Amino acid sequence: MELTGAEIVCESLLKEGVDVVFGLPGGAVLPLYGALSTYPAIRHILVRHEQAAAMAADGFSRATGRVGVCLATSGPGATNLVTGIAAAQMDSVPMVAITGQVARPYIGTDAFQETDVTGVTLPITKHNILVMNVKDVAQAIHDAFYIASSGRPGPVLVDIPRDVLLGEKTEFIWPETDKLPGYRVPSAAPKAQVDAAAALINKSERPIIMAGHGVLISHAYGLMTEMAEKAQIPVITTLLGISSIASDHELNLGMSGMHGMAYANLAIDEADLIIGLGMRFDDRVTGRISAFAPNAKFVHVDIDASEIDKNIQTDAGVVGDLKAVLEQLLPKVDANVHIDWLRHIEELKAQHPSHIVRKSDELLPQFVLQRLTEVTQGRGIVVTGVGQHQMWAAQHCTFKEPNTFITSGGLGTMGFEVPAALGAQVGRPDTVVWSVCGDGGFQMTMCDIATAVESGADVKFAILNNTNLGMVHQLQDVFFEQDYMASEFSANPDFVKIAEAYGIRGIRVTKQEEVVDAVQQAMETAGPVIVDFMVKQDEIVFPFIPSGQSVKEMLEEPAHNETS
Amino acid sequence: MSQQNETEQHTLIALVEDKPGVLNRVASMFRRRGFNIVSLAVGNSEQAGLSRMTFVVNGDDRTVSQVAKQLDKLIDVLEVADITEARIVARELAMIKVKTTSTNRGEIIQIVNLFRANIIDVGRESMVIEITGEGDKINALYDLLAPFGIIEMSRSGIVAMERGEAKGLTNGHGANSAKSNGTS
Ligand SMILES: Cc1ncc(C[n+]2csc(CCOP(=O)(O)OP(=O)(O)O)c2C)c(N)n1
Repeated sequence: MELTGAEIVCESLLKEGVDVVFGLPGGAVLPLYGALSTYPAIRHILVRHEQAAAMAADGFSRATGRVGVCLATSGPGATNLVTGIAAAQMDSVPMVAITGQVARPYIGTDAFQETDVTGVTLPITKHNILVMNVKDVAQAIHDAFYIASSGRPGPVLVDIPRDVLLGEKTEFIWPETDKLPGYRVPSAAPKAQVDAAAALINKSERPIIMAGHGVLISHAYGLMTEMAEKAQIPVITTLLGISSIASDHELNLGMSGMHGMAYANLAIDEADLIIGLGMRFDDRVTGRISAFAPNAKFVHVDIDASEIDKNIQTDAGVVGDLKAVLEQLLPKVDANVHIDWLRHIEELKAQHPSHIVRKSDELLPQFVLQRLTEVTQGRGIVVTGVGQHQMWAAQHCTFKEPNTFITSGGLGTMGFEVPAALGAQVGRPDTVVWSVCGDGGFQMTMCDIATAVESGADVKFAILNNTNLGMVHQLQDVFFEQDYMASEFSANPDFVKIAEAYGIRGIRVTKQEEVVDAVQQAMETAGPVIVDFMVKQDEIVFPFIPSGQSVKEMLEEPAHNETS
Repeated sequence: MSQQNETEQHTLIALVEDKPGVLNRVASMFRRRGFNIVSLAVGNSEQAGLSRMTFVVNGDDRTVSQVAKQLDKLIDVLEVADITEARIVARELAMIKVKTTSTNRGEIIQIVNLFRANIIDVGRESMVIEITGEGDKINALYDLLAPFGIIEMSRSGIVAMERGEAKGLTNGHGANSAKSNGTS
């Protein structure tokens, strides 16, 4: 039977196992919506802003490991996806965005709602495809999913003109293979590279594993932990590597970098070997590159060859899928104990206890997160926005399972907290999803609370409300002589009333004693809940390595002497 | 692995799919990552559906190795090789339009012959000269013609290949492609 382009898109989505898409219709993409209504197996979640469609697809993807899908119309619909796509690209998240385009005869004429979307998204996608013939639709969707989900994952955009969606019909033939002669996916690494890495690991006395998002993406967490245990190597996670090893694992030192644990950064400073696994030595991790891990050699394993030697000059670069590489590496790594090194790190931890929340009479944001994580016992998923609350969540929330901490790391996208949490909950309906929000970021995307309510996404929103753009406020505090230009809100809405307006429960918390109860009540309430935590306003995130500096310039919390 | 910080010219060749937008992807990558293209030439390769690009880029070894890897990462790029160190032949074509008068025409023709260049158009007060060779040769001719007054010049960019039977690109996923050699 011959099908329209729109029907072929739907058939192809079914072939790819897609059962949910996030989107918002408009003229150019309407033919696809017309077809979607006859494919009940594909659930469409209607967002209020296309930005949320992309970010929900992202959250869905990170929570499930599957490809998240978003739809938008041409022009403004497609450009509204841009921030979400860029975030997915920076964090290597598999996503397929399908956009309608004006009909072929209009392309290039500045027609109504015509934007060169493949041009706009060229530098922020892993790949994009403009489909100019209905016969190419199935291949394009097939290849888009393959590219998005394989190798180093990323977003792929498929732009389809209206008259390709709804014009000439053709036979639906699902391609057996990709048509991508220039695309190769590395698996195991060359033996020589693995041997060189093993030799350095076996020789090292003060090694550290730095675990990034790649550990989660390639399902290498089990093997990584095994290797860490076998050779007794402490593990530091990047922001996106959090949850790749259980928080309470004795070898887990937590996050390092700009707002990482002081002892983790100090340990890196003394290490004689850094083993970077599925991470990219980003500037938030390294600070000033010339002063980063000055005593260390570097083993770097990544599936993306261009990451090797990009930021850090490696001594042993290994290109391959991390899981496959660890399978090769594990038998070659000698069992070890590193007693002195681990003991030394324990001392650093005792001298620099940045994981401990100080005592205070006020409602500290760190305290809120600590209680929250105690109540949830580190189960469920935590999604964050960007700013201070994100860093405190990274420091104080604990995790047991992989892929349970979801945050916009590379792009640092405020507003991510609401839609990504909704997407994560849609993907993992059995799981409690806490969205840890800034009052600033929440207001960027709170229109999509409606989407959460409508789709039954049971997200618990915890707003750490400091009535500030907190992280900006902090930078102004430290570097701009307390000139708080444009970082303080004087007319925040009443978030409890916002909750009520959406027909959901809102809880306000102003005192420490109320925290645990509010968290429990939120979890006992069916459906989304907004908890407005009125936290101390001018709190600073410590430790703090100012941008472009090194561990030598690290600022630690002054009040730590009074810790319990 | 030692790092060489000296900036020098490298010649890279790439085999890419002959599809709309590929040049844009390549150019966008160079611009976005701040890599410097000295010259770029694109044209058909010996295989249908595949184009061959020749790049001359400036940079130290590490930068140029990044260029090669980033190029190879583009989905439409099949293969990339840095052939700077290989035994290569490299040629560029230039057309130079120079002002002439009845008195100096003879002198110009002598220079052209000396360079084994060709005169491909003669006007009343101008001449178009075609020269093929390595960049230095073209520059030298240009310098000699400059005093007569150059009206315009157009250069094709360098194309290059390995000498002998060797193939700089294996037209597949060869062992000398940047991707399969992760640490370069
Ligand atoms: C879309 C976007 N715009 C601006 C910024 C710059 N920025 C980084 S953190 C921050 C403040 C965030 O405030 P809020 O969401 O209230 O979180 P807080 O830092 O107070 O926890 C800003 C403006 C950003 N990261 N993203």
